[in-house]
Amino acid sequence: MEVHLEHLTKRWGKVVAVDDLNLEIRSGEFVALLGPSGCGKTTTLLMIAGIYKPTSGYIRFDGRVVNKVPPKDRNVGMVFQSYALYPHMTVYENLTFPLKLKKVPEEEQRRKARRIAEMMGIGHLLDRYPAQLSGGQQQRVALGRALIKEPALLLFDEPLSNLDARLRLTMRAEIKRLQMELGITSIYVTHDQVEAMTLADRIAVMREGRLQAFATPEELYERPRTLFVAGFIGNPPMNFTQVEVIQQDGQYLAVNPDMRLAVDPDRGSRAAGRGRVIMGIRPEHITLARDGEPAHLEAEVYLVEPLGRDDLINARVGKETHLHFLADPALKLRIGDRVRLRVDTSRVQFFDPETEQSLLWS
Amino acid sequence: MAVIEAERVAVEARPWWRRAWENLRSASGALLFMSPATLLVVVFFFIPVVLIIGISMTNMSTATGFQNWKWVYLENYRRILKHPNTLQVLRNTLMYVALTLAFFNVGMALVIALITTHIPRRAGLLYRALWLLPRLTPSVVYVMMWKYMAADAPYGIINRHILQPLGLATTNLLPIYPWVFVILVNGFIGASFGMVIFTSAIESIPREYLMAALVDGCTPWQRIRHVILPLIRWPLLFVTTYQTLSLLTSFEQILLLTEGQFGTMVWSLWAYERALSNYWGNFQWGFGAALATVLVLIGIVMAVVYMRYFQFEALIQEPKIETL
Repeated sequence: MEVHLEHLTKRWGKVVAVDDLNLEIRSGEFVALLGPSGCGKTTTLLMIAGIYKPTSGYIRFDGRVVNKVPPKDRNVGMVFQSYALYPHMTVYENLTFPLKLKKVPEEEQRRKARRIAEMMGIGHLLDRYPAQLSGGQQQRVALGRALIKEPALLLFDEPLSNLDARLRLTMRAEIKRLQMELGITSIYVTHDQVEAMTLADRIAVMREGRLQAFATPEELYERPRTLFVAGFIGNPPMNFTQVEVIQQDGQYLAVNPDMRLAVDPDRGSRAAGRGRVIMGIRPEHITLARDGEPAHLEAEVYLVEPLGRDDLINARVGKETHLHFLADPALKLRIGDRVRLRVDTSRVQFFDPETEQSLLWS
Repeated sequence: MAVIEAERVAVEARPWWRRAWENLRSASGALLFMSPATLLVVVFFFIPVVLIIGISMTNMSTATGFQNWKWVYLENYRRILKHPNTLQVLRNTLMYVALTLAFFNVGMALVIALITTHIPRRAGLLYRALWLLPRLTPSVVYVMMWKYMAADAPYGIINRHILQPLGLATTNLLPIYPWVFVILVNGFIGASFGMVIFTSAIESIPREYLMAALVDGCTPWQRIRHVILPLIRWPLLFVTTYQTLSLLTSFEQILLLTEGQFGTMVWSLWAYERALSNYWGNFQWGFGAALATVLVLIGIVMAVVYMRYFQFEALIQEPKIETL
């Protein structure tokens, strides 16, 4: 099912929760609504579910405006962060509740419940009550309950946030596999950019009720159009530093009191002559220079944060420019060590400090 | 095996008082914590009940005074059984309790709570505040209001402003529909208690259950039936039990409204009248106490029946704290 949001707005009194949101979601697509808490992503989801009524704008399902259609007639399935399994019903009763409401014959209810339970691996739990299940099991039941009525649209509201880290990875993979197999259009609300990147075909980044970007994960990563998107997507987050880009001897140099960095002319030319701009460099695009290799920057190790596979190094360039990058723990970098850094200057980003818009992509 | 068997024999060989003392010692912490509540219950409930049961087995009355009474044992209970009014009063009491409970103290309370939690919050608050008014009004004033409501034209509100303009015959409505007024008078007061409890119970249901129910395909009515009501089963049990007991023993409004006339005598009013306030001035404390004791027994039976019916055990969760 195609979902179109047109100028969708939701106000609570004077507070604008969602502000003029436009989004076109294709049939079968998996879209993540990504943003920090309070950005309006859950409000948007609940408007699509029909729980909240939009203040203005339209929600279209396959072209039909559904603003006033009650949730039960929208044919959507929804999974909640707290699972929202009815505590007074067994797993079987929870699963078949949507069918019971539709007055599906009992025999068919049993058949469908068996199939879903098998698919979700919860066949042995049907007689239990939600309180007797682990978090992961509860989330499988919740997913099963959303799927059992074969919805045209699946909505997820931070479904993995209450699970422990290990289980989150397993469930993430399962949701992805299920969505690909069933091909149901899905909208997934999360504040976790890794979840959004791994699951979604396209990500809608929201901030303070407004849509910041709507693009594929690669696009958001490689060509962020705003400072916010650049900082929100990617882990560890992008380094930002104020520079001025000048042209000298046919080169473009990003200059501030702490450093002079020759940057890719394609990118540098867009930022040159604009006075102060914000330069963004992803930690993964900074590497240690090998012996004999020319370095772009010299720095001093300021802090080492071991992440296991890598060490996250906070290095100080000059007096007050700090850059994060990842280093091999085997190198055993210590605080105070001098390091020589290379930067993949063909992948640096530039932003206008006033408008926070990218100078490279628009 | 033999050692364990020997120990068991040794334990059983100890005298019973020794074992009782050891049990008591191990429970002393718990007893200590329970003692304040226990003291209150003993002083203000248990002792009075024992006294009442004691008095109910005497012929104590104004005539005998506190000196010359005699033990009559079950004589008062025999008199209750044989009394010509007993069956009628019992029937009245059950009808009064059942109807007030069903239509108002639980029924109307639930309806108000459900309505006011489904409309905008502010409007809900205002509406609920209105329902608190009868409880806040002093009962004499409140009952007087109802008497004026029922009175004949030209003073009665219903007669003067509704029946008369319609050209219908006017009359004092209280003697004609005594039960309607008794139940309305009590119900309008009683509904607010359940209303407050049910409202807070409904509002404390996690919002995601309510949202999930809508997405799962519930109409508002189905959501009430399949999700909200089952989730407030415990407050429902509490209010039903509490209000049954409180209606069984309440007579204030009936006393003020009809004084038990027009066939509205209920058990507690009967006991009150016999023991503390009758026309002839002979207060039959012994007989009144027997009536009160019967009421206590009826109340206990009802409470047990409710707990069975609502499966009380299933509603109680094992505490998650360590026992002392």
